[in-house]
Amino acid sequence: MTTFAGHYTYWVTILLMAAGLYIMIARGNLVKKLIGLSIFQTSVYLLYIAPGKLIGGTAPIVSVRYEIYSNPLPHVLILTAIVVGIATLALGLAIVVRIREAYGSIEEDEIVAADAGRGERE
Amino acid sequence: MAVTVLALIVQRNLFSVVVLAGIYSFLMATVLVALDAVDVAMTEASVGAGISTVLLLGALYLCGGEEAKPLSRPWLPLVVTLVIVGALVYGTLGLPAFSDPQAPFHTHVVPRYLQQGPVETGVPNVVTAVLASYRGYDTLGEVIVVFTGGIGIIALLRRLRRGRTEGT
Amino acid sequence: MRREPVLRVIGKLLIPYMLVFALYVQFHGDFGPGGGFQAGVISAAAVIFYGLIYGLPAARRLVPDAVVESMVALGALLYLGVGFAGLVLGGNFLDYFVLDRDPVAGQHRGIFWIELGVLITVAGVMLKIFYMFAGRGREG
Repeated sequence: MTTFAGHYTYWVTILLMAAGLYIMIARGNLVKKLIGLSIFQTSVYLLYIAPGKLIGGTAPIVSVRYEIYSNPLPHVLILTAIVVGIATLALGLAIVVRIREAYGSIEEDEIVAADAGRGERE
Repeated sequence: MAVTVLALIVQRNLFSVVVLAGIYSFLMATVLVALDAVDVAMTEASVGAGISTVLLLGALYLCGGEEAKPLSRPWLPLVVTLVIVGALVYGTLGLPAFSDPQAPFHTHVVPRYLQQGPVETGVPNVVTAVLASYRGYDTLGEVIVVFTGGIGIIALLRRLRRGRTEGT
Repeated sequence: MRREPVLRVIGKLLIPYMLVFALYVQFHGDFGPGGGFQAGVISAAAVIFYGLIYGLPAARRLVPDAVVESMVALGALLYLGVGFAGLVLGGNFLDYFVLDRDPVAGQHRGIFWIELGVLITVAGVMLKIFYMFAGRGREG
């Protein structure tokens, strides 16, 4: 029973996930890789929250005026996930800053070449 | 949002990439409001479009702002990505349709939280009740993760006090 | 940037409202969207805004390094303190029902204190990250 309207949200999520994944593995710049990682993470948030929505429902704050509520459990998980995501991003950026100071560049192939050159000289 | 992401892939000037990432976070926050996830939207807007952009700009100031042109055409990553997309689309064909009230997602545990939550905790916002009371242990873990992140940043970026920078 | 009149005026108008809004989001998290994380990030953003306009040394005078570092640890300790208070008063770890004679009021008390702990830790960590990145200085 797969209709286009029924599964459209999953496919948008997969498109964003693919974009984030492509940026992470195909680009050499370290900062751009981290941005790709954050795009991947936001697409996962969409993957969890989109199935929780009930058409005609409202935000899960109980009040006498509404009867149908959207599912509150994925909201809780994703709230934690967002905060963990920025902690990861901040630590990744700190490592990139240190790499820049140690190697002089943030392009992946230049860093690997510098490491190989250093390994030959030692 | 797809347009933003595609522009982000192609762009090489890192400053515009950071601005596009901020726009993308903001659009994601509006989509989340449309999906009735108001707590998550507020967090995503403040964290993604606010703090994350400031951090990326700070790191960019310290690192330099242009991405080098990729030397070889990236066919292998493109093929890998397309294979994974195909596998994921095949997997989602078995998932329940959007907004189906009879899906097990909605009928397993959630009615109990929606009915008993405000009665047992006295808090109408079910998300806060679950986050702070029913799953308070997980929130403790999250606070410890944020704390550890802060400690890690201090350890990585601290300067020695004696006036010379850390050796490599 | 401190010589730009537009930024200075807007900053002086907006920063108090940002801080009040952060407190509103924190305490109103029971009845509307909000809670500790959002409030922590918004209050850190207010101080970061001040630092962006008036310079990092001014922000460091406003909220010194020692205060920020102690905030980072204090929030986590507060959260654990509420958990251990539940143990000491006879219930399980992080049990809110024993914190007051009326269980629902005990829930309110427990949720209030842990959200405060989350606010302090998140605001401290965000501010500390900003200080570290902005205070590093480019070399070569």
